[in-house]
Amino acid sequence: MTETIGLSWRKAALTVVMFAISILFLLPFIWMLVTSFKAESDVFTYPIEWIPRTWHAAQNYKEVWFGDNPFWLYYLNSIKIGVVTTAISVTVSAMAAYGFSKVQFKAGNYLFLIVLATYMVPSQAILVPQFILYRKIGLFDSHIGLILLGSFSVLGTFMLRQFFMGVHQEFVESAKIDGANHMRIFWSVAMPLVRPAIATYAILRFIWTWNDYQNPLIFLRSDKLFTIPLAVQKFTSLSGEFYSLIMAAAVSAILPLLIVFIIGQKSVIEGIALGGVKG
Amino acid sequence: MELQATAATKRTAIDADKKRKKAGRGEELWGWLFVSPMLLGVFVLVLLPILATLALSMADWNFVQGWNGIKWVGLGNFDKLLGDHIFLRSVRNNLFFLLSVPIYMLISMVLAVVIDRHVYLKGFFKVAYFMPYISNIVAVAVVWQVLFHPSYGPINELLRGIGIDNPPKWLADPHYALASIMMISVWISIGFNMIIYMAGLQSIPRDLYEAADIDGATGWTKFRRITFPLLSPTSFFLLVTDVISTFKVFDIIAVTTQGGPIGSTSMMVWYLYDTAFVNLKVGYASCIAVVLFLFVLVITLVQWIAQKKWVNY
Repeated sequence: MTETIGLSWRKAALTVVMFAISILFLLPFIWMLVTSFKAESDVFTYPIEWIPRTWHAAQNYKEVWFGDNPFWLYYLNSIKIGVVTTAISVTVSAMAAYGFSKVQFKAGNYLFLIVLATYMVPSQAILVPQFILYRKIGLFDSHIGLILLGSFSVLGTFMLRQFFMGVHQEFVESAKIDGANHMRIFWSVAMPLVRPAIATYAILRFIWTWNDYQNPLIFLRSDKLFTIPLAVQKFTSLSGEFYSLIMAAAVSAILPLLIVFIIGQKSVIEGIALGGVKG
Repeated sequence: MELQATAATKRTAIDADKKRKKAGRGEELWGWLFVSPMLLGVFVLVLLPILATLALSMADWNFVQGWNGIKWVGLGNFDKLLGDHIFLRSVRNNLFFLLSVPIYMLISMVLAVVIDRHVYLKGFFKVAYFMPYISNIVAVAVVWQVLFHPSYGPINELLRGIGIDNPPKWLADPHYALASIMMISVWISIGFNMIIYMAGLQSIPRDLYEAADIDGATGWTKFRRITFPLLSPTSFFLLVTDVISTFKVFDIIAVTTQGGPIGSTSMMVWYLYDTAFVNLKVGYASCIAVVLFLFVLVITLVQWIAQKKWVNY
């Protein structure tokens, strides 16, 4: 009895220590949030004011969202690209994953190996030919082009294939005997069984697309097509020394995704642990 | 009754047989149908570019010259790379960057063990340490840039406050810039590594710890003799993933230092980007891409070989 109490005291103490460490770890975020509420003249006062003396939040965020570089536009762009990329990528990957696991066709295994082998190549190693190709076929500086780049995920195919393989082959066979073709089996038998995996992959794909900086940087040129990461960078270079505004932009870029993450926390963390993917 | 049932079964069996034969021919078609969107995308957007990169790495070509400007130089680009001191510096920086990997792996392992076993509010801690990973890297890099500001950034204000008169200029100082970026990278990478370690911890049987408790083992002994060795497959996996990811570092450099000051933070992918999209030297950039790929390939092969020898899991 005494021992359990002793143990839990230790646990409580350690929790307090860990809490302090995690606050330290999160200080950059806290500083960002607090600074985004401040008047510019108060940003670098020392010692740091963790509660703003003059509250400037409304003005700062209004400037970021509806000023010369309206974030609402970049938000719409990011949401559009994120949603469409996720929808296409999930569909294409799920179909391929089903084909590679539940349809017995001769070339299947070889094709899967080829697709998997391309995953080893770093995305940066093929940027140049992709860029040339996009210039030639007119996909450069368009949302469609950007969406297509994120739509054919080998990783997604691999992840979902693992789950489709967990669906018993008997389900497929008995559905076939009942006269269902593969399209029907895919849609009404297999998909419902792997729905949690699909949801996890969809959230991950959305987060990766939302945060992607490299592809928009290279394949977009027009301001009005920019996504959030490019907008933050542009905003930073234009605002120069207006750090309160820059922080308001940073908060705007981070917060919505944080909310998505906290809502889908369980599946995101499980998905990351399962796929072992470092974004 | 029974007779009827048998007849019915027989009929279904025959039906099924017919269908299976038909399906056998159908399977091929269905297979191709399901995988073809993926194949088409991978072929056009990945496989062709891979081949093009290999070909272009042997060309001397500038974007603005048009197709006729291509000069084939064989392995000349690779020759040039070996004497290119910015490239060699970038490779050296990449190798130096590897030092950050064991640092954040160790921190993550300790955090994972403590959070998984020894604290309350597990969910809160998981989310807290995972936040940098899901945060937009551009926004995060911008925040750190201000925190690291040499004259009035909070970090240097603090350092001056505790009596250090000449704190480093961090990202603006050629001696500290790469280390500063590595610090940010450690901060970002902890979340991912910790989550994977936590998943690894779930596979360690509880009774090992109970047995150790009976033998009167201390916490440290249990960590050294049970946790650490049984996490080795996870550590190995993370090591490979993390090492490969350091070869792909780009975003954070593009946002904070752009390879500067004076080339001190140039890394392979940054140099590739700079060569291709700023200086427009397509052939030379493709050659860097091939070298980058070779690095990743070697690490992957080493992983395969090591994994085959490491069969006890």
